[in-house]
Amino acid sequence: MPKTLFDKIWDAHRVARRADGRELIYIDRHVLHELHAPHAFEQLEKQQRPVRRPDLTFSMQDHTVATRPGRNDETNPSGAAFLKAMREGSRKNGIKLYDIDDPEQGISHVVAPELGMVLPGATHAVPDSHASTVGGLGAMAFGCGTTELAHILATQVMALKRPKRMLIRLEGTLAPHVTAKDVALRIIAELGVAGGRGHVVEYAGAAVRAMAIEGRMTLCNLNIEMGGRSGFVAPDDKTFGWIAGRPYAPKGAMWDRALAHWKTLSSDDGATFDREHVLDCSALEPQITWGTDPSQVLGISGRVPDPAAVDPSRRAAVESALAYMGLTPGTALAGLPVNRVFIGSCTNSRVPDLVAAADVVRGRRVAEGVVAMVVPGSTTVKREAEALGLDRVFRDAGFFWGESGCSMCAGGNGDRGEPGERCVSTTNRNFEHRQGPKVRTHLVSPATAAATALAGCIADVRQMAGQA
Amino acid sequence: MQPFSSHTGIAVPLIKDDINTDQIAPVQAMRALKPDYKALLFMRARKRDDGSEDPDFVLNQPQFRNPGILVTGNNFGAGSSREAAVWGMLANNIRVIVAKSFADIYRENCLQNGLLPIVLAPPAADAFEQRVIAANGSAPFTVDLPAQRISGPGGPDITFELPPADRMRLLEGLDDIGLTLKHRDEIVSWEKRMAGDQPWLQAATDGRS
Repeated sequence: MPKTLFDKIWDAHRVARRADGRELIYIDRHVLHELHAPHAFEQLEKQQRPVRRPDLTFSMQDHTVATRPGRNDETNPSGAAFLKAMREGSRKNGIKLYDIDDPEQGISHVVAPELGMVLPGATHAVPDSHASTVGGLGAMAFGCGTTELAHILATQVMALKRPKRMLIRLEGTLAPHVTAKDVALRIIAELGVAGGRGHVVEYAGAAVRAMAIEGRMTLCNLNIEMGGRSGFVAPDDKTFGWIAGRPYAPKGAMWDRALAHWKTLSSDDGATFDREHVLDCSALEPQITWGTDPSQVLGISGRVPDPAAVDPSRRAAVESALAYMGLTPGTALAGLPVNRVFIGSCTNSRVPDLVAAADVVRGRRVAEGVVAMVVPGSTTVKREAEALGLDRVFRDAGFFWGESGCSMCAGGNGDRGEPGERCVSTTNRNFEHRQGPKVRTHLVSPATAAATALAGCIADVRQMAGQA
Repeated sequence: MQPFSSHTGIAVPLIKDDINTDQIAPVQAMRALKPDYKALLFMRARKRDDGSEDPDFVLNQPQFRNPGILVTGNNFGAGSSREAAVWGMLANNIRVIVAKSFADIYRENCLQNGLLPIVLAPPAADAFEQRVIAANGSAPFTVDLPAQRISGPGGPDITFELPPADRMRLLEGLDDIGLTLKHRDEIVSWEKRMAGDQPWLQAATDGRS
């Protein structure tokens, strides 16, 4: 019987069926961060249980680290206890830690792929809802809570119910300045914030094949914003080329053997999915959220909705989102003044993201009164970007160029906006108060964020990129 | 984990869809390794801009100050995987959430902590909501897990469904890790087999060192 790629990966990792009917799925790589892992270390210590496979587990410091140059544990005072607990827990349990001053420190979802910890057909777990970012390389990743994290540390398996399968086919060719981020926002707009619940999503189609690996990671990163259990893109030659030579990737004869296996990793012809969705990306323009959840999305030339014109079941939500965002029905988003622009996060902080933003910024200035920040996704990304001269482009334009971390995505490190500010951000959640109390967040691609920083108001990058 | 058998408490109507974990447990409230989980629950909604309590927020109303059951809409617990969004419920003695649906990770986190996530189908959910609103905290509801039944003011008992595996786990307060470790031999043999079949998965080493 033809199998989907999900079935192939799931079945290969199925260890046993537990008495309560859950299936034990082996986790090949487990990546931790300091916001949640210390609590799991403590749980295990109380239970006197060892970590089963510290050699397959990696610790990152990302959520609470300051981004200011010259940072240390104390630069974000409330982060110090987390960083210290992570350090101690990792040491006691024999887990390799990428500490705040490590030359390869960064956001877990950025570091694990770039160091080659992520391999096609492998399973991953991270105590973070954006775990499936690594699906861009054909790995299947699950986000989990703290107690589940302790369970994985103790057993190296997750006890799961078999999810359903969804196929999202992205057809057509993206127009210039339209990116994976814009595609992902459009998908969430069409399927809704719970549209992927209970499903593992395979992203396929010509538009996905044409995407760079980093774009595929952006696409899979946002899978959780429609409630998806996991999401991935089947690997191809682009994937294999991207992984080759990375520190943790297999080498020599082992590489050849792995590659032969990876080439079998696709859904069979005729395999069936529980659900399918098709999106033609050819006519897509840059997308932007107008409201307070990631499904409240418009094309950049759009106008915010009128609650009177929407489905009555959504009316109250639309009214409340408009009130929070300080918008009146029918307002065009383009041209709205902004206070702050943030480029970074596990969604959009890899080198090609920064290149796309820098290409817009080069030789221009951030508008008067706008606070604009770029925070690379890892210290490695930062170094590579600096080698390309991107830091100069951003700094000359008036951007802050920070040290790597999650920063303003969740504000766990103290980076956040001021009440009432309008913030255009390349992150993944426009929830109320997420980027600071009363901060109004609009999610966009790096190119749109860059154009907005220069214009001082929400801008259509397609118009700005042509000007000199 | 504390076993769950039955729970009696005031049912609080928070009838809204898509309530996310940033609302339930704001990251700004998690600045300490051991925050006050009782205080962080819906911390923002509880307070007005000047820091004083917002008397309009349901959990601040006198009849809902000692909640036991939360009643809400679709997709409850969307967003981040933070388990503090469940620990905050337990710290407030909320051990049952009745929703039209739950976000996947949040539901898992509930099961891990002995918090019973009940999903009612839309007609039953709407009817239950109305009863909870009408009761307005005047009398408690009781959720009986062995009987899979909710009883309380304003109408007949309501039955609910829960997958047998989840039911067993909550009733027995099972040690999840212990349950899995019964399969230790199978985990070991899977690892051995994989070390032969796909050895690159069973070793993660930095080739530079």
